[in-house]
Amino acid sequence: MTAVPATTVVVPDLEREVRAALGGVVDPELDEPITDLGFVRSIRVDGADVEVHLRLPTSFCAPNFAYLMAADAQDAVAAVPGVASVVVELDDHSDSEIINRGLAAAAGYRGTFGHEAEESLDELRATFRRKAHTAAMERAVTALLRSDRSLSEDDVVDLTLGDLPPGEPTTVALLRRRATVGLPLDAGAPVLVDADGTGPAREAAALFLRKARSVRISIDGNAHFCRGLLRTRYPGSGADQVPRADERPLLPLLVDSRGVSS
Amino acid sequence: MYSKDGENYFIVDAHIALWDGRPENQRNVHGKQFIDCFYDYHRNLSPESEVWPYEDYLYQGGERLMRDMFGDGMVDHAIFQPARLAEFYHRGFGQTEEAFALAQEHPDKLTYNHYWDPRDGENGLDQLRADAERFTLKGVKLYTADWHGESRGWKLTDPMAYRYFELCQELGIRNIHIHKGPTIRPLDRDSFDVADVDHAATDFTDLNFVVEHVGLPRLEDFCWIATQEPNVYGGLAVAMPFIHTRPRYFAQIIGELLYWIGEDRILFSSDYALWTPQWLVRSFVDFQIPEDMTEYGPLTTEQKKKVLGLNAAALYDLPVPPELRLPDAGEPATGPRQPEAADLASV
Repeated sequence: MTAVPATTVVVPDLEREVRAALGGVVDPELDEPITDLGFVRSIRVDGADVEVHLRLPTSFCAPNFAYLMAADAQDAVAAVPGVASVVVELDDHSDSEIINRGLAAAAGYRGTFGHEAEESLDELRATFRRKAHTAAMERAVTALLRSDRSLSEDDVVDLTLGDLPPGEPTTVALLRRRATVGLPLDAGAPVLVDADGTGPAREAAALFLRKARSVRISIDGNAHFCRGLLRTRYPGSGADQVPRADERPLLPLLVDSRGVSS
Repeated sequence: MYSKDGENYFIVDAHIALWDGRPENQRNVHGKQFIDCFYDYHRNLSPESEVWPYEDYLYQGGERLMRDMFGDGMVDHAIFQPARLAEFYHRGFGQTEEAFALAQEHPDKLTYNHYWDPRDGENGLDQLRADAERFTLKGVKLYTADWHGESRGWKLTDPMAYRYFELCQELGIRNIHIHKGPTIRPLDRDSFDVADVDHAATDFTDLNFVVEHVGLPRLEDFCWIATQEPNVYGGLAVAMPFIHTRPRYFAQIIGELLYWIGEDRILFSSDYALWTPQWLVRSFVDFQIPEDMTEYGPLTTEQKKKVLGLNAAALYDLPVPPELRLPDAGEPATGPRQPEAADLASV
């Protein structure tokens, strides 16, 4: 038996590995992978050198979110075994020049935007992780209320994780979001809580859920709008979009002229 | 006036523009990016029959505006809410002189609102005095994400902005329309963040703060502050066309707004020339919350009449023919309304 020389790096399909790595990069606002959203415009692999182009629904999508996704993409691809160099570029954005220059120089967020960068990206991430948890909580609770009509809003405040159907996509998604924000995952842990673990008083529980619902509607609506705008802006990009995961099974948002969901 | 099924509606389009996005007015690539972005909104959210060619979209001019807005007699009154965008366009985006001339020519149909920007400092205050007199201003449109030299955004709570609000009080400019939402966003100062509206509305209770685009996609933040501040209103610009492409999403937006801020503080607008008002008005009058969305009560004709015109008419003291008015409603001005509609068990 002949030993494989140590210098040989076997990378069967580097492009696939790169794409998989990009699947771990999330639009913080929409809480979905950039690969599912169609934001990855191209991946070019030349030996061990990788060039990735990103695209967004409008020229004016928030520059801090844009930078965050592009920088995360750069980090994710650089961490793929077998990648020697990586260039990530954001196309057609009002701040493309600034962001691409910053990425190339590894200047960091503050180094890229200078005096404009007041808030840190960590705060931004934290804000949207909290919102993602809130939306996941609302989806899980509403799914439960819809499946079990014997439950009333008075019961919502007493719900614990053990009351949620195990294995349901909405439950799994909530557990994942809870882990992200550091909330307990045991069966006795209350469901109706903020990302910091604070729950409402009994009489305020319905309002608490209502507020969570408006957060979820914002995220869902924005996700539909952003996906649609990308398809309008880049004809053919719809083929690169993956439908939203079934952990978000709530109301289909498209209705034909007869009022039938599609 | 719009009539359907024996009901007559007084229509006020609370947010229109007379813009010039043509290449000769574009100062730089951002001018093109901006109008292109608008055109994508237009193409993405319009019914196919209402989509304009790109060339038409760049600039409409006064004659076409009058025809589009009032040609069929449906819209009774419209209010200009111009955006300056001086960093993007040589002569600005909103065409002040042309729009004001139209408003002077048709005072029964058009109201001209102007803008101010606290980054113009003391000179801007003098300019606001002059503008208030010249335009007889009842309202202003503020664009907190507008670029201004090195700056790419400001907040209503900036000390200089408070000087401008004080002057608005003095000059009787009571309606403050704030652009929150698409298109431009400043870097850190999330232009969707409505926290600054909360503070300003608390400190200037005699001014009305109309949050355009109802804070989308931060609907929750908007609803929360509007619930607590009786002088905060929601403008439906950009939210309206979802009624066609995403009716169930639109139902949720309207449902949430009615729950949180109530029917007296929601204003219809087409955001012309992003969209034209007629198909939106027709769709809204025909619209109903889907039956399976039991978390929301059904929309009433009275609510539609208020949203489509009566609320804006009240803010702008527009004369409404007696037969189109409603008796005064006696519902509370703040707090979630119709709590009985929040039947979560049947969601």
